Amino acid sequence: MTLRPDQAMVSRFVPDGSRVLDLGCGRGSLMRYLMDRRGCTGTGVEIAPEAVVETISKGVPLIELDIDRELDEFGDKSYDVVVLSRVLQATYKPREVLSQMARIGSRCIVSVPNMGYWRHRWVLMRGHMPMSKELPHAWYDTPNIHLSTLADLEELFDVVGLDVWERQLFTPDGRLRNYPDRVANLMAANAIYVLTPRG
Amino acid sequence: MSQRPQSAEESSVGIVETQSVRLFDQDNPLVLASGAVVPEVDVAYETYGTLDETGSNAIFICHALTGDAHAAGRHRSEDHRPGWWDTMIGPGKPIDTDRFFVIADNLIGGCQGTTGPASTNPATGRPYGLDFPLLQIADFVTVHRALLDHLGVRRLLSVIGGSMGGMQALQWALSYPEQVGSAVIIAASSRLNAQNIAFSAVARESIMRDPGFAGGRYLETGTSPDTGLSIARMMAHITYQSGQGMDQKFGRRYQFGEDATRGFGVDFAVESYLDYQGRIFLSRFDALSYLYLTRVMDYFDPFAEEDAAQALAEAGSPCLVLSFDSDWRFDTTHSRAIVRALEQQRVPVSFREIRSPWGHDSFLLTIEDYHATVAAFLRRVSVAAAQGRRDRGGVR
Repeated sequence: MTLRPDQAMVSRFVPDGSRVLDLGCGRGSLMRYLMDRRGCTGTGVEIAPEAVVETISKGVPLIELDIDRELDEFGDKSYDVVVLSRVLQATYKPREVLSQMARIGSRCIVSVPNMGYWRHRWVLMRGHMPMSKELPHAWYDTPNIHLSTLADLEELFDVVGLDVWERQLFTPDGRLRNYPDRVANLMAANAIYVLTPRG
Repeated sequence: MSQRPQSAEESSVGIVETQSVRLFDQDNPLVLASGAVVPEVDVAYETYGTLDETGSNAIFICHALTGDAHAAGRHRSEDHRPGWWDTMIGPGKPIDTDRFFVIADNLIGGCQGTTGPASTNPATGRPYGLDFPLLQIADFVTVHRALLDHLGVRRLLSVIGGSMGGMQALQWALSYPEQVGSAVIIAASSRLNAQNIAFSAVARESIMRDPGFAGGRYLETGTSPDTGLSIARMMAHITYQSGQGMDQKFGRRYQFGEDATRGFGVDFAVESYLDYQGRIFLSRFDALSYLYLTRVMDYFDPFAEEDAAQALAEAGSPCLVLSFDSDWRFDTTHSRAIVRALEQQRVPVSFREIRSPWGHDSFLLTIEDYHATVAAFLRRVSVAAAQGRRDRGGVR
């Protein structure tokens, strides 16, 4: 089974044998991989019908629900790891979603595109909404309605009580880069955060 | 399009026959969960498909309140209607009889071949009537399991049911997870709410207040609570459909045209439909069974014990829970409660709410998304079971 490069990167932060909740699990590839190779158990959450059926056909437990409204279904600290991979920007209530993740998981992994990336800033300077391989939709039909810069996102993590335990920064083609903190928000196209709920 | 017409011939199990077997007798009576004893139990059942060499492809079908052992195919080629779940069971259908050995029976307490309150009490030589003991969902499972023993089937690939059938699937998985490889629980509930119980209460009152009921001795008095039973059925039929579905099917159409005389009879098409449903029900269902089987549901509450799902979680048997968005008899909150209880105890559980305008009855219909989900789930558990056998070092 092959994982998308960003999924492979996310999987590195999931401890073997942990119980995982993958929010917006798509076709269940990450969960299947974690179950087969890493001895994990857990649940995928998805709402797109064809993805739901495919996830079930992979033998991944799949609960169909709306991440924006229905995360109450999961108990406090009921998962070791909650994954939100390239989904946050498409939620209606990112703050609520992150708060719920902090409640449900002992560790949260959030992977996001960075709107502070210099190319996006440049496109905006020239008077247009940024588009890229990661964000291929025109502004009027994009599902990505809550894009943020890394700086803004880190503020929100703090507000909802999530401490950044580790941050990994990536080039547009998914290569890991060690950008210095002061230019991270300018240079990174994507980021993965490993977060721990405070207190 | 949610509903497509079924071409019966291309994917039917064909001509089938209901079998009967005495599973409990004086030497080996049925002891119910309550401790009460039923000295003789005959069970009607049907099977479709073939049990494979390893005995690992068996699927058990649990029927709902008024179902029977005739789940698929036809008894005679001229039968107007096939078995009650023919949409789901057959060659190439989600419960694929080319791959699976399918077993369906009639519930104890029922009236279509299996022992129930209308059967003769061997102690008195008269029909049980209200002397028949109250039943629980667990008792249904006990009898299903006895049937499996009789058929020489030790383990199920899956146990599947809709509505009250889903309750049996759930109970079975909770109580005997090592026997149940997976469970599909459709449009069911683990705990009826006040409204659910209220509807059943009115149905029962309607039967018991019919003078023909004669205190449950109608089989001896030669009377029959036909009015009560048909009204119970008419009301139940309303709860099995959605407002939208009824509008789509009947709207405000007149039964006899615009110019017909108005009165208190069957003026609207929907009244004709209910009247018909109420009347045909009398030919196939017994009023006492209606009382007993509805009461079973009222008391069902398997998660009252906090660690009810612990054994199931340890066995790791996956469950699929499905609801329909227009179902208000057992709406999605019921299914979600089941999912929560299972998920919190770490049972591998999948859940979908299927879109359908047809209300509770949706579980009997051909709805693409619904069937695709059941088919995907069963394919997977069957592949995983085969894989598991290989991993354990060959076929046993």
